[in-house]
Amino acid sequence: MIFFATPGSDPAARIAGRNAAQETVQAIRKDFGFDKPLPVQYAIMMKKLFVTRDLTSFVNRGLEVVPQVMRAAPITLSLVFGAAVLWVFGSIAVGVLAAMYRDTVIDKGLMILALIGVSMPVFWLGELMNLVSQSRFHDTWLFSWVPGLGYKPFFDGPWMWFKTLVIPWFTLAALYIGIYGRVLRANLVEAYQEDYVRTARAKGLSPGRVMLRHALRMSMIPFVTMFGLDFGVLVGGAALLTEVVFGLNGVGRLTYQAMLNLDLPMILATVMYASFFVVVTNAIVDIIYVVIDPRVRGH
Amino acid sequence: MEKSANAPLLDVQGLSVSFATDRGRVKAIDDVSFRVEKGEILSIVGESGSGKSVTLLSLLGLNDPKTTFVDGSVAFQGKRLLELPDRALRRLRGKEIGLISQDPMTALTPVYTIGWQIAEQIRTHENVSKKAARLRAVELLASVGLPNPNEAVDRYPHQLSGGMRQRAVIAMALSCSPSLLVADEPTTALDVTVQAQVLDLLLKLRDEFGSAIILITHDMGVVAEVADRVHVMYAGRMVEKGTTTEVFDQPMHPYSWGLMASIPPLFGEKPARLPSISGMPPTPQQAPTGCGFAPRCRFARPECEARPPTRRDGDHSALCVLDGAERAAARRAVLGHEVDA
Repeated sequence: MIFFATPGSDPAARIAGRNAAQETVQAIRKDFGFDKPLPVQYAIMMKKLFVTRDLTSFVNRGLEVVPQVMRAAPITLSLVFGAAVLWVFGSIAVGVLAAMYRDTVIDKGLMILALIGVSMPVFWLGELMNLVSQSRFHDTWLFSWVPGLGYKPFFDGPWMWFKTLVIPWFTLAALYIGIYGRVLRANLVEAYQEDYVRTARAKGLSPGRVMLRHALRMSMIPFVTMFGLDFGVLVGGAALLTEVVFGLNGVGRLTYQAMLNLDLPMILATVMYASFFVVVTNAIVDIIYVVIDPRVRGH
Repeated sequence: MEKSANAPLLDVQGLSVSFATDRGRVKAIDDVSFRVEKGEILSIVGESGSGKSVTLLSLLGLNDPKTTFVDGSVAFQGKRLLELPDRALRRLRGKEIGLISQDPMTALTPVYTIGWQIAEQIRTHENVSKKAARLRAVELLASVGLPNPNEAVDRYPHQLSGGMRQRAVIAMALSCSPSLLVADEPTTALDVTVQAQVLDLLLKLRDEFGSAIILITHDMGVVAEVADRVHVMYAGRMVEKGTTTEVFDQPMHPYSWGLMASIPPLFGEKPARLPSISGMPPTPQQAPTGCGFAPRCRFARPECEARPPTRRDGDHSALCVLDGAERAAARRAVLGHEVDA
């Protein structure tokens, strides 16, 4: 809507794309109701997106937009879900181990690894992984199982689906394991200064139980907040670099190409999709809060 | 390591604690010795930073072992606590020695019900079912005077008031019937009427459970009310030890005089300003090698530069050069008629 209300820009011409014929622009203006008031324009646009789902991309010779997003969504979802599972478990393992062995070699080593994980650009790590698994060592026993780049649908064979995604998952997760591991360690170290951890230790609980049931349990609250934000944004298309490097035609890549071509209908659809997931993950995070933190339950 | 019938429950000899800091080791506790008999209430008084809490936490092994160095010997029921391996120490913690901490607001993990937290401790030390542990938790909550214990077990800490939470913490400390309860300023965070209830509760529980209690406080009123014996701590040392009557009626150390003088008189005219001890207690870094109180003491003299001698009067003792008639005269100068009366 903001696009349409911006003075000095003709939305019809924008939608038609660069070098569009004058007749096309006129047709679009009539079709989208750009000669009508803004609320009507909004209603028409929403109808095209959600009800009739016939919003078409003029840049791409009349390709319908919604089915494209629907085709890209499972790819992005597979990528981000798998990576999320990895990074949740990975970062909890890193954070807990580092906090339990605070100030020892284990702690320092893990924190250096985490820092490396944070600092490696995803596209660089991805290309490196490709170089190693697709070309250099592809013929050795180590990586001969790695299929070619690209996405294989889950229902065509879960095992193939898994094999194509394992390396992208690790690549995407590396950054987040690093960030979350470091943040979690800091939270845990802080929790060990708290009275309730002292109480737990004074009760005679084992160090593992003090860590997992008391310190980690409390640190999960900020962890979930962070997770919700990052997960929503990634599903919404921020996994672009990983998608491009591994030839996965996900939503991130779709948005990226739409922007390159100034394909406004496509951008509209992907932005809608992204906001949908940001809202959904935030709602889920709020529900998880109620489960893990009794203090937010109303009484 | 023989266990005779008249051995004290807890015997601490020459306990020293130092912390590693950026500027080398700093001594927080210097050569502290005391004993606790079965079923008695020993009160340790002193101002903030005098090392009361550090003393007790190091007994329980709750200080960070990487930055804290503990020396001396601590015998509990004939077991040497400081040399005990972690696993064995954990079996004593919570079972034989219960800790009641200072601030009930933060002492409980916020995400579990109090019943769960009490049951957790019981199940750590005893092989009982979840159901049995929960029933015990209800009984304990009832015995510490929580109204409606059946409902209270399923409450989260944030749903209870400060006094209720402290009762829950006490119930938890008592859950395995420990022979020693360590209470670190249990009433400081509570308002006055609740303080009185909690103290009554501690006295009642001592009689019911027969636990000895080490009560750390800086409130002389609390001490006078409940303690059998009083130890006064100042700058990491026990400057005076004696029974409550001895310490209140015939205090031996100038620091104790200062504490007594700062209690408002119950009878007679109220002074416009209560007497106070001028200056601040030393931090562990700047504590003098001699008497720690000398810089603030009216009766300081050159001998105070050296480590003060222990003056004894039966079981009542103090770390101070003052003795005999001189001490009596000095005490009269500070406390006036109150002591003679």
